[in-house]
Amino acid sequence: MNRFDYSRAASVAEAVAAAARPGAAYLAAGTNLLDLMKGAVVTPGHLVDITRLPGLDRIEPSGDGGVRIGALVRNSDLAHDRDFARAYPAVAEALLSGASAQLRNAATVGGNLMQRTRCPYFYDTASPCNKRTPGAGCAAIGGATRLHAVAGWSEHCIATHPSDFCVPLAALDAIVEIEGPGGARTVPLADFHLLPGDTPERESVLAPGELIVALRLPPEAAGFSAHARYLKVRDRTSYAFAVVSAAAMLRLDGGRIADGRLALGGLALKPWRVKAAEAALMGRAPGPEVFKEAAEAALAEAKPSGEANAFKVELARRIVVRALTLAAAGTPERLPALPASPFAASSFAPGAAHG
Amino acid sequence: MSIPLRLTVNGEPRDLILEDPRVTLLDALRERLHLTGSKKGCDRGQCGACTVLVDGRRINACLALAVSLDGAEITTIEGLAARDGGLHPVQAAFIAHDGFQCGFCTPGQIMSAVGLIREGQAGDDPERIREGMSGNLCRCGAYAGILEAVRDASSDMQREEAA
Amino acid sequence: MAEIAQDMTTRRVRHGSSIGQPLTRSEGPLKVTGQARFAADNLPPGTLHAALCVATIARGRVTHLDVAAAEAHPGVVAVMTPDNAPKLAQHPDEKTNPFCFRLDLLQDSAVRYANQPVAVVIARTLEAATEGARLLAPAYETEAPRIGLDAADPFTPPAIGVGQPPEEHHGDVEAGLSAAQSRIAATYETAAQYHNAMEPHAAVASWEGDRLTLHMPSQGMAIAQGRLAGLFGIRPQDIHIESPFLGGGFGSKGLIGGPQVLACMAARLVGRPVKLVATRPQMYGPMGHRAPTRQTLRLGTDADGRLTALDHHVLTASSTFDDFFEPSGGVSHTLYASPAISVRHEAVRLDTGTPLFMRAPGEASGSVALESAVDEMAIACGVDPLEFRLRNYAEVEPISGKPFSSKALRDCYAQGAERFGWAGRSKEPRQTRDADGLLVGWGMGTATFPALMFEAQARAEIRADGTGTVEIGAQDMGQGAWTALAQIAADGLGLDLDRLTFRMGSSDLPNAGIAGGSGHTATAGGAIHAAGQAVIGKLADLATNDPASPLYGAGNAGVIARDGRLIRRDDAERSERFEDILARAGHGAVEATGKASADPAAKQTYAMHAHGAVFAEVKVDPDLGQVRVTRLVGAFAAGRVINPRLVTSQYYGGMIWGVSFALHEHAAMDPRTGRFLNDNLGEYHVPVNADTPAMEAILVHEEDAHVNALGIKGVGEIGITGTAGAIANAVWHATGIRVREIPITLDRLLG
Repeated sequence: MNRFDYSRAASVAEAVAAAARPGAAYLAAGTNLLDLMKGAVVTPGHLVDITRLPGLDRIEPSGDGGVRIGALVRNSDLAHDRDFARAYPAVAEALLSGASAQLRNAATVGGNLMQRTRCPYFYDTASPCNKRTPGAGCAAIGGATRLHAVAGWSEHCIATHPSDFCVPLAALDAIVEIEGPGGARTVPLADFHLLPGDTPERESVLAPGELIVALRLPPEAAGFSAHARYLKVRDRTSYAFAVVSAAAMLRLDGGRIADGRLALGGLALKPWRVKAAEAALMGRAPGPEVFKEAAEAALAEAKPSGEANAFKVELARRIVVRALTLAAAGTPERLPALPASPFAASSFAPGAAHG
Repeated sequence: MSIPLRLTVNGEPRDLILEDPRVTLLDALRERLHLTGSKKGCDRGQCGACTVLVDGRRINACLALAVSLDGAEITTIEGLAARDGGLHPVQAAFIAHDGFQCGFCTPGQIMSAVGLIREGQAGDDPERIREGMSGNLCRCGAYAGILEAVRDASSDMQREEAA
Repeated sequence: MAEIAQDMTTRRVRHGSSIGQPLTRSEGPLKVTGQARFAADNLPPGTLHAALCVATIARGRVTHLDVAAAEAHPGVVAVMTPDNAPKLAQHPDEKTNPFCFRLDLLQDSAVRYANQPVAVVIARTLEAATEGARLLAPAYETEAPRIGLDAADPFTPPAIGVGQPPEEHHGDVEAGLSAAQSRIAATYETAAQYHNAMEPHAAVASWEGDRLTLHMPSQGMAIAQGRLAGLFGIRPQDIHIESPFLGGGFGSKGLIGGPQVLACMAARLVGRPVKLVATRPQMYGPMGHRAPTRQTLRLGTDADGRLTALDHHVLTASSTFDDFFEPSGGVSHTLYASPAISVRHEAVRLDTGTPLFMRAPGEASGSVALESAVDEMAIACGVDPLEFRLRNYAEVEPISGKPFSSKALRDCYAQGAERFGWAGRSKEPRQTRDADGLLVGWGMGTATFPALMFEAQARAEIRADGTGTVEIGAQDMGQGAWTALAQIAADGLGLDLDRLTFRMGSSDLPNAGIAGGSGHTATAGGAIHAAGQAVIGKLADLATNDPASPLYGAGNAGVIARDGRLIRRDDAERSERFEDILARAGHGAVEATGKASADPAAKQTYAMHAHGAVFAEVKVDPDLGQVRVTRLVGAFAAGRVINPRLVTSQYYGGMIWGVSFALHEHAAMDPRTGRFLNDNLGEYHVPVNADTPAMEAILVHEEDAHVNALGIKGVGEIGITGTAGAIANAVWHATGIRVREIPITLDRLLG
């Protein structure tokens, strides 16, 4: 790791002031930041420790009937909060499908939003990357692209966003509360992450020195609790990033879909909310044909960024159908033993009988 | 720069003066406090060999700055057995079920298991234990024994707590 | 620390024979309390930390290192580069014996693979050393690297594996194929794999004049001593290596790694102890790997499903600068009867580190291809895969015609199939779904691994107080040497374990050879057994020649040792305690040495292999392609079992490696740069706990009077073989899709 100055902020105002220095970065749990610093992918000159900021570790009702989650709430605490998990089961399932229990115990809600892509060329400082060095070029293009984007990419960057948590959040119209040198503001999560376009180095709408202080879910987000799932296809059963994932949520009324939400992970550099697919669901009776239509609509604009990732388009269609099917079947009583896994429903529990 | 900090490690206050804030909790334990039970298998939060309890919760010690944890309570593998040397139920179960081979990942596995049992999410459901222990790689492939050890210790500890 | 108390209080020992008992590990209490001291856990007073600076290119040379920037970093003590590295007595590229591999020890500015060490930074703290290494920011002259099996022209290497011939033929394969009723031809690819032992290579080195003390995980301390002695121009006996525990080896610690030698050089440069631990990415390059392979198999059968020909062609790779060729075709020599067998190996040279031994080198990669091809052949001729293997059962070793020293493979097939329920398998693929709609498939494979013996020595002592000591420079990398070898030692001395002091894991002890090739228990155990026999022989001499002994006149061969006594073989009532024999003779102790090595006559006469049968069940999501192995049953016959608990763990571990081989492991490189894309444990996948199926290992009874004195065949590697193929075959059975590119990933199963 490069040498850096360290300071611990006692208040949001103090943090924001400290972070005004060039080369400063906020340190929460550090599960992604320290990893990046060890690889010299980022080399901040000043870390502003925000872990002791008061009041940012609460899950509380927001004034409008929704919920407000402090940015320092740990991923595992949020997922295991009974009321939260009951109201937003797909969010809990997504959280618990990410990383490992140790990392979830440390990583914060704000940090999860801020995590960087897992593109190996971004991580490899010997490879050119427009995110790390604007204008350097993108080594991923023409390289090994099996897990790269099939939506929203540009000729400058084909990386994907790795978060599971953000996928259902995008579908639920989550709002990000931000404080910064210019004061406080809010941004819809769907607009928080930026697609690469011509400026892949800009990953979110945060201005220098701005800090995520909370996330809010609007009141209607709880309306999907009976039919909400997150499904994640992985190269191993656990402790792996998504190849493709989907959050599907339905509000049923009289056997018809009164409201449907759908977002995909692993497709683009931001959680990929697909409103066209949601529209295709509206007012229809849930069933395979409708779900297929939604899947077609969801992937209509998709385009592989490399030969090796072409399969992800078809895989994404299929995961949409499956996730909607699972959501329609109803949120399980208890979070599955293997959250978000295609094997979650498996009645077989391996390991029950070793010889 | 010299940075003083105090950690309570295995119940004992330990004062440290770091010459630089880059020191991770893992390197503070291993290289400064000479508690080498916690292992460095990847240094990037990808293997779990460094798992310790911080304020009762299992985390990867390699991805935490020691300075950020000033004042925290740390439990490492060295602090798990009773003061008279009697093994913790998880430690005993790992031996009984041959839940390790080379032993390098073992301190992390055991601390993770203790954390998992305390979290109370898995009970003795094998599938939940497997998932809950998936942050700890074992290249020797002792997973079957690890699962059985955790199941066993989990019921032991629950019985103890009930008693 | 090279001694572990044989605390028997918690181990439910049965007195009498220790061999065969399922004892828990004697080193278990140390390992579960964090007290087992691995190499990197040592920090002698005054130790400095060293960090490697490694090449970011795969081919070319270093033109500049910013030494000033590194030196300017607070805490940096020295920067070791080709300009100031201590001169070595021997060029690191000089090969003095076939077990000697070329090392990168800063001999020049050339870069021959990515992650090759190009400098070492030594500092007061680990943080300073690590950052100093980064600040060196090497500049290069870069050449286009050759990466991938198609990047260079194939040639036939002079030898593969360890001195094996690259081509072997028996009968006329082309004639056999043309005469065949059914034929298949298929090409399988296996990926490059890295050992990824949980413990990265480490070394803590300190010099006292020309004497070197080294804490270093080693599967072969004497070999490392020899290599270091040559490089530094010192005597092997002046090199003291401590290796009581290895955090996994799997072949990667069989030979000293370049970075470990660099630690010794750095310690010499700064005149202080130096600790150097490779980072996880730095393990991808200088420490060996399993080379990728492309294997083409052609099989033919007659109308009864009996093989008429087996042709196995292997294309693999070595580095540009050294020779190790994955001997994948070996399995086709020994497993299935065929009137015609042809095995050929070719290779290309690539800009990678040199491949090396990795758990079941050759057998693992060859087995997945052969077992897949056999499955395809069985299907092509409409025969059940198990029945097909039985019809082609080799009664003698196919390539040599030698009888097997023992072979209980039929029992393995029968017991494994019974336990698994193989008889209920549907013939056609994609027929079975579970209650949740997942596709279910069953597959099987035959496991095989040669029974190898190397050379080892041991020393044994029995003292007048009735206790004994056995010493051997053996190595525990998790297989359980601390426990199993002590069991052999106890039986050899006729002592209960709690009367035995057992020492190992230090180069100061008698040379136990290499912990590899699944031969360590047989070899080190053989030496221990021989030392025990020798010391008991001396004790027996004393007793049987002493008129005051109840054993007087029994003759040396007429007594056995048990429970701390010598007992007349023909009259158990007549016996005497060790203490009494030694007291009367006025000796404080008797001691003797013993050694073991392969018996050339037995090798000449017999083919010696362990065998097994592995049955796998997988579930595959029919739409999403994700695979999970849900059940594995392996039945293995490997001669005598010293400790069934530890042997079962070895089989489980091997079978999980089979899962890993079939579904996960794949070192990805960018062919444009030769750089790794997943040189980390996050993206180089090995199975996690949730990937582990329900497993059963059946220890099939097998006695072998020829293989070695103890009848042990070895169990460390066989579990991978058979398993990977069984899983690939099960995936076919589940989906109807035959994936010939290993590992099998979900994108290939989307249909």
